[in-house]
Amino acid sequence: MADPMKIRASVVGDSTEVKVLMSHEMETGQRKDAQGQTIPAWFIQNVTVAWNAKTVLSAQWGTAVSKNPFLSFRFKGGAKGDKVTVTWTDNRGDKRTDEAAIA
Amino acid sequence: MSLARSLVALAAVLLAPAALAQDSTAAEIAKYRAALQEDNPAELWEIRGAELWRQQRGPKRASLEGCDLGLGAGIVNGAYARLPRYFPDADRVLDLETRLVWCMVELQGYTEAEARHNPFGEGERKSDLEALTAYLTSESRGEKMDVPLRHPKEVEAYRVGEKLFFFRGGTHDFACATCHGAQGKRIRLQELPDLTTAEGAQKAYTTWPAYRVSQGELRTFEWRLYDCFRQQRFPELVLGSDAAIALTMYLARNANGAPFAAPAIKR
Repeated sequence: MADPMKIRASVVGDSTEVKVLMSHEMETGQRKDAQGQTIPAWFIQNVTVAWNAKTVLSAQWGTAVSKNPFLSFRFKGGAKGDKVTVTWTDNRGDKRTDEAAIA
Repeated sequence: MSLARSLVALAAVLLAPAALAQDSTAAEIAKYRAALQEDNPAELWEIRGAELWRQQRGPKRASLEGCDLGLGAGIVNGAYARLPRYFPDADRVLDLETRLVWCMVELQGYTEAEARHNPFGEGERKSDLEALTAYLTSESRGEKMDVPLRHPKEVEAYRVGEKLFFFRGGTHDFACATCHGAQGKRIRLQELPDLTTAEGAQKAYTTWPAYRVSQGELRTFEWRLYDCFRQQRFPELVLGSDAAIALTMYLARNANGAPFAAPAIKR
């Protein structure tokens, strides 16, 4: 199973700034191993972020995103103590959901 | 104007842009480094290490929380800034990784081979020792380096480490000091710290472990030594060997007085 994400969310003025660090290999499918065999692509395809139950970010990612990706964005609203939930799904069907309270 | 003089003037004009390019490259690299600081994936290793530290594992189903890193059983805060040191129960000077191996054997019942079988992770083959090291070093962030040199074996390790640092050998007749014994050296654009000065040793030692962006991995100080040996075409440096601990002792002690600042992030 995938390792946990590190999520930080804090109120900045009338918005909330969310910073997420994800643990993922993000294999591009372009590399070859020591035997010359292509290493199959393996990457996060979908990322959704919800504030309470409302989706505030939905993204489709490809192989150009780095290993152990860092995502930072802001959305309007949010108050201290509200829950921010981040979910990613990769092209193997692996999934990981973590949440944090807005500080 | 004499010919010689005008040639000198011409050379000065030609050389100036080159020097300028070098300065601006260094400035651009500094900018790149600053941009990396924002969020450090080393935290992913720290989280995993903290879990491993608390989990009951091994044949004896024990957690590592009973492990004495030098400040008493289970005390992790500031422990790394005071390592390596002499441990009477092991009757040896140990660095953090070797102490962890010792605790995994004594407390958790692993064999020594099991405890040290995967010192450096690669992709999905994750290393427990690296994760534990990331967590425990993070518990010394901001602590002043204060490596003791009291016990005769600590003094011995320091002296052996110093000898090794200046020992030339291998196919390239290299020593650690060949690259790290003078000011202002670099490999390509990578500046090399002068580890014989307190300032150089402090800057280098207090910023390992680090997440290496170019490798996508967290690398520990033991790894740094291991890879320096490989680059020198020396025999493989075995984790926890007397040589590895002695070199660590030499450099850690030279870094005394500086605040510990890792896990860091490097290019």
